[in-house]
Amino acid sequence: MDELLSEFLTETSESLATLDVEIVKLEQDPNAPDLIDNIFRLVHTIKGTCGFLGLPRLEAVAHSAENVLGKVRDHELVVTPPAVSLILGSLDRIKDLLAALEETEAEPEGDDSDLISQLDAMALGQEVQGEDQAPVEAPTPAPVPERALKEGEATEDELERAFRETETEPTEIVAKPEPAPSAAPAPVAAKAKEEPRVEKSSEGSVASQSIRVSVDVLEDLMTMVSELVLTRNQLMQMVRGHADSEFKVPLQRLSHVTTELQEGVMKTRMQPIGNAWAKLPRIVRDLSHELDKKIDLQMLGADTELDRQVLELIKDPLTHMVRNSADHGLETPSERAEAGKQETGKVVLNAYHEGGHIIIQIKDDGRGINVEKLRAKMLASGMATEAEVAEMSDQQIQMQIFAAGFSTAEVVTAVSGRGVGMDVVRTNIEKIGGTVELSSEWGKGSTFTIKIPLTLAIVSALIVESCEDRFAIPQLSVVELVRASKESEHRIEMIKETPVLRLRNRLLPLVYLGDSLKLANASDHKLTEGAEVFVVVSQVGSYTFGIVVDRVFDTEEIVVKPVTPLLRDISMFSGNTILGDGSVIMILDPNGIAASTSDTKVGERSDADDDMTHAVSTDDTTTMLVFRAGSTEPKAVPLSLVARLEEVDVETVEYANGQSLVQYRGKLMPLVKMDDSCNIRESGRQPILVFSDGDHSMGLVVDEIIDIVESKLDIELTATEVGYLGSAVIEGSATNVIDVGHYLSDAFSDWFTSPDEAAFGEADARRLLLVDDSPFFRNMLTPLLEVAGYRVTVASNGDEALALREDGVDFDCIVSDIEMPGMSGFELAEQVKSDGRWQETPIVALSSHVNPKDLERGRSVGFSDYVGKFDRDALLTTLSQTLAEKVEVA
Amino acid sequence: MSDVNNTNDRSLDDLDDQQNKTDSEEYVTALIDGQLFGIPVLSVQDVLGPQTLANIPLAPPEVAGSLNLRGRIVTAIDLRKRLGMDPADREKSMSIVVDHHGELYSLLIDEVGEVLQVPMQNYERNPATLDPRWRDVSQGIFRLDGRLLVILQVQRLLDIIKVAAAA
Repeated sequence: MDELLSEFLTETSESLATLDVEIVKLEQDPNAPDLIDNIFRLVHTIKGTCGFLGLPRLEAVAHSAENVLGKVRDHELVVTPPAVSLILGSLDRIKDLLAALEETEAEPEGDDSDLISQLDAMALGQEVQGEDQAPVEAPTPAPVPERALKEGEATEDELERAFRETETEPTEIVAKPEPAPSAAPAPVAAKAKEEPRVEKSSEGSVASQSIRVSVDVLEDLMTMVSELVLTRNQLMQMVRGHADSEFKVPLQRLSHVTTELQEGVMKTRMQPIGNAWAKLPRIVRDLSHELDKKIDLQMLGADTELDRQVLELIKDPLTHMVRNSADHGLETPSERAEAGKQETGKVVLNAYHEGGHIIIQIKDDGRGINVEKLRAKMLASGMATEAEVAEMSDQQIQMQIFAAGFSTAEVVTAVSGRGVGMDVVRTNIEKIGGTVELSSEWGKGSTFTIKIPLTLAIVSALIVESCEDRFAIPQLSVVELVRASKESEHRIEMIKETPVLRLRNRLLPLVYLGDSLKLANASDHKLTEGAEVFVVVSQVGSYTFGIVVDRVFDTEEIVVKPVTPLLRDISMFSGNTILGDGSVIMILDPNGIAASTSDTKVGERSDADDDMTHAVSTDDTTTMLVFRAGSTEPKAVPLSLVARLEEVDVETVEYANGQSLVQYRGKLMPLVKMDDSCNIRESGRQPILVFSDGDHSMGLVVDEIIDIVESKLDIELTATEVGYLGSAVIEGSATNVIDVGHYLSDAFSDWFTSPDEAAFGEADARRLLLVDDSPFFRNMLTPLLEVAGYRVTVASNGDEALALREDGVDFDCIVSDIEMPGMSGFELAEQVKSDGRWQETPIVALSSHVNPKDLERGRSVGFSDYVGKFDRDALLTTLSQTLAEKVEVA
Repeated sequence: MSDVNNTNDRSLDDLDDQQNKTDSEEYVTALIDGQLFGIPVLSVQDVLGPQTLANIPLAPPEVAGSLNLRGRIVTAIDLRKRLGMDPADREKSMSIVVDHHGELYSLLIDEVGEVLQVPMQNYERNPATLDPRWRDVSQGIFRLDGRLLVILQVQRLLDIIKVAAAA
């Protein structure tokens, strides 16, 4: 292909990609002069270059589009959705032409007069209602457009050129644009030829900052650097054997340079993920029209960089997922209104780095996934039996959308819903060593989380040995290493013939690497009693399991080489590599190992894992201490509230003033009983839960501590009984969550006044920011306020709170402690009230000392109200009053 | 051998499969269990002495392991196994390295012989009674002085997956 032409094609398609984005932006913000200038300039350049290369069809379309844009820039035309659609339509036409051009190196035959006449009509200020209506309005048939477009062009465009070109008699053109038609062709041709030169000279300085390099060159460089890294590793290994080698110093240098070179070459391959997103605004915009939905696409972290190769591979899955979110995820405006949501649905794309991975989240606030419907569908389609379905967790069910041939959409649209797609998405992502997870709440939306490695070519891997063979496991999939032996704390236990490992109160399924790879002497190995083995805890999707190996060596940077085609069907390996010592080893693929050794499909998880992952990934879970006191049913308290678990000798319990006390850490600590049925033991040792804050400590008498579990603290109802916040399902059984505040007030009359029913109702889902330096009070008040129906966000100091403001988080009310280290509550209030988005947000002071002076100062800095720290009902009352006032004011 | 004339623009692999129109052929000879085999010289990259092979778990039995040849990973194929002969000590085997579609394979043999140029007139088709496993990979036989040279087709030798599936 002609070099000039190929340059033009690359450049123009880049411009078009930018244009797609910019024009959609323009539609949202029609009065941004920068935007329209930029758009105009881009279209103008395309037109100019087309003329230069002698591409009349392209030029004509670009020209007419430019006319319309020129009018928009001069505020003669208003940006309307039909106008934008029309412009986008002409860009599409340009793309089609370019595609044909690329294929045949010549402009295809055809006629664009339909489009051009619509554009011209719009440029002349005529209403264009719809694309199909326009040809009727078009005053002139096919051959005339050249002429028609000249009329519209006259204004801005000509003026601009008039300044640049002296030889084309600008005055004449500017002066009488209207009668120009007959004279037009000649100057246009001249101008068109002039254009590129002008553009080039002005952009030359910018262009010289970067050069275009063919991808092949970069790929070759990468391969060579990979080889260099290998050779370097080999040399290092050799020299390591000789303590005082003369090669040591130069080798150090070589190593250093190689590392830098590697990083440099990697950098050339890095591209912002925004490149993969560039098409999305346009796609979403078109979708929203097609589906009649209002969609707000937000893209965060577009400058997060990742390897070109990875980028290419995730481009399509991402597009697919965004389409899906827009189509299936979001409801129609009327449905949203019914559900009490804003009419405009949100799709948020967020990309960021996290420990050698890129995390990409696709989040929508749509309808979420209906687990019940999925269950029914699975049954109906025979994917699972009733018993299987009943056993699956919601999470497992949700993951089924990644199964092949599965579609949740009731209606198959042109966009999606045909049941191909999500499985392909998952396959593509897993192919590059990534994982995709889904969490969805019915009615609230879904979040897909994609985790992918930064680069594929060189990875850090853990070298392990099993049965005298060495293997590499990519670090990415290694969560932790555990040494296990008969004597140590971690011991491999057998359930029938299944090995498991107890790890932090969880059972971890184990896979003997020797067994799964059918290594010759694997079975003898396992029988060696007392032998020390290592467990490589790996995570595939949300399934965590342990790979048992004999030894663990170093981690090493390895260059992944694909395995020979002869071995491609062995799913256990993702590649092979040459180590520093020159030996060839296989790279294990944890996905393959997980798949081959258990029935558990990737993505499914046991309940235990469920909790574990939640604990790590969401803030919603709370560690609960489950215990028994008095009655037989379990009770629970957030573990964070408990200072210590103690056992006291009942002999040491003393009684004073009707209150049982025990000497604890040099002080008298009151012992509180849950209720009358719960008694201090007659003899022996009595387990107690110690709660303390500052000087106060209190011991809660319990019969037995059962367990510590991670659970979502979803308190379902306010207990009518005093002393309980409500009940929550913890580990599958209904458990009463106790209200520590109640018992504290029992123990110390100055701690809390009498407990009362929590205020329910109108406070529904009000957002509250709680600022308090004492973790005890934060933990204490959070469940209390949540039960009262507030959505609580906590900050441990003023700076944290202000950081939330910077992040754009809004609250209905702020509750702040006064005495805090660093920024005091007064200062915080001043800051909040001084400026910014929280100016209108009421702020309630919380203090343990309420005196008139404080009250006065509080009011002066902008506190709406003042509540004693221990006065629980006062706080709730104040909050509902303050919020009611706020509503009235608004 | 009807299309003898158009081999010039064919790939190397096809050359293995086709008779060249020149009147003699060059082969690297190899000895396995007393039998002489020939591999087209153009497909041979290297000849190696005994090598340490890295085990590849779960690989087909014909795959003996892998080795590092100047920074490239080479897959070793045990020709004795492939041809259904009695196993020998792989660690003592020599090997002939061939390039196939950009991948390197080392064919384990007992001993490497000289490079022979054999006249086409000595060529014979495979006897119909030849062991099917041999017939499958052999391209024909050359009559030499006092012995026979069995020509191996690299492409066929590497069709291990197919064989495994059929077995």
